[in-house]
Amino acid sequence: MQTLSELDRRIVLATQQGLPLIARPYHAVAEKLGIEVSLLYERLDKMLHNGVIRRIGAVPNHYKLGFRANGMSVWDIDDEYLAQMGAQIGKLEFVSHAYHRPRLLPEWPYNLFAMVHGRTYEEVWRKVDLIADMLGEVKQSYDVLFSTRILKKTGLRLSAQTPSTEKNRAVA
Amino acid sequence: MDKLDREIINQMQGGFPLCDHPYSVIAQQLGTSEGELIDRLKRLKQDGQLSRFGPLYNIEKMGGTFLLCALCVPERDFDAVAEQVNQFHQVAHNYQRGHRLNMWFVLATETAEQMDSTVDCIEQQIGLTVHRFPKLDEYYVGFKLTV
Repeated sequence: MQTLSELDRRIVLATQQGLPLIARPYHAVAEKLGIEVSLLYERLDKMLHNGVIRRIGAVPNHYKLGFRANGMSVWDIDDEYLAQMGAQIGKLEFVSHAYHRPRLLPEWPYNLFAMVHGRTYEEVWRKVDLIADMLGEVKQSYDVLFSTRILKKTGLRLSAQTPSTEKNRAVA
Repeated sequence: MDKLDREIINQMQGGFPLCDHPYSVIAQQLGTSEGELIDRLKRLKQDGQLSRFGPLYNIEKMGGTFLLCALCVPERDFDAVAEQVNQFHQVAHNYQRGHRLNMWFVLATETAEQMDSTVDCIEQQIGLTVHRFPKLDEYYVGFKLTV
């Protein structure tokens, strides 16, 4: 993990809600921060390359666009195949997240989590069936946990607090 | 939504350029004008089809720790427990899911020690075991949604 510079922190705070929808958005951000726009480009480019920024663009609201079924598919995969299969499943266009998480035996045998999105439950199940076919015999069992209600959704944001003597704060 | 709206959503989920007139660059690729593109993005945001337009930060790279947690909550207590859990500001999001483990939430804290104490605190308050699912490896995060 790296720590952000004070300037990068300020850039994150100024842009995490979005870029201004005006002809020269970066100039507006640079002006707000009191820096040259060339410096802003340099820092944003750096953060794109080191992965602090995943991408710059439109963040769609899945639910509003009709993708109302959200299934957390969970898989019990033989450990020796996990990394290879995780990478393959992550490449599928309908999988938004794929993670290795621990089994909690005996209740929870699953070690691979893959979030699958679709317009309907049936569509999600069809996609899960595709994953099941891909995995073949390296899977022991699987399940899909559909979300039935959003109880809270704050999103992850960097807080505006000054870092003081500590490192950076990341809070919900 | 018309064809141009869909193209905007499908083609602008990444790769927005770092230059003086970035909307103009993309507008040319889409065969429209800078002004039209900006107006459309404003409307898509206002109507909620887009949550946001700008950099998508990987907050885990900025410091802080995250933990996916799950609870097995008796049905009759569900809403009360949800309310108690959601009161913790460390809870970033929380979903009800159809499973014996029926409540799934993500905690965000600054340090690993704070994470442990937050989980302990939640367990004490609700009287249920918090099952912990830390991320051991990430294979993919991202989503190209096509409308």
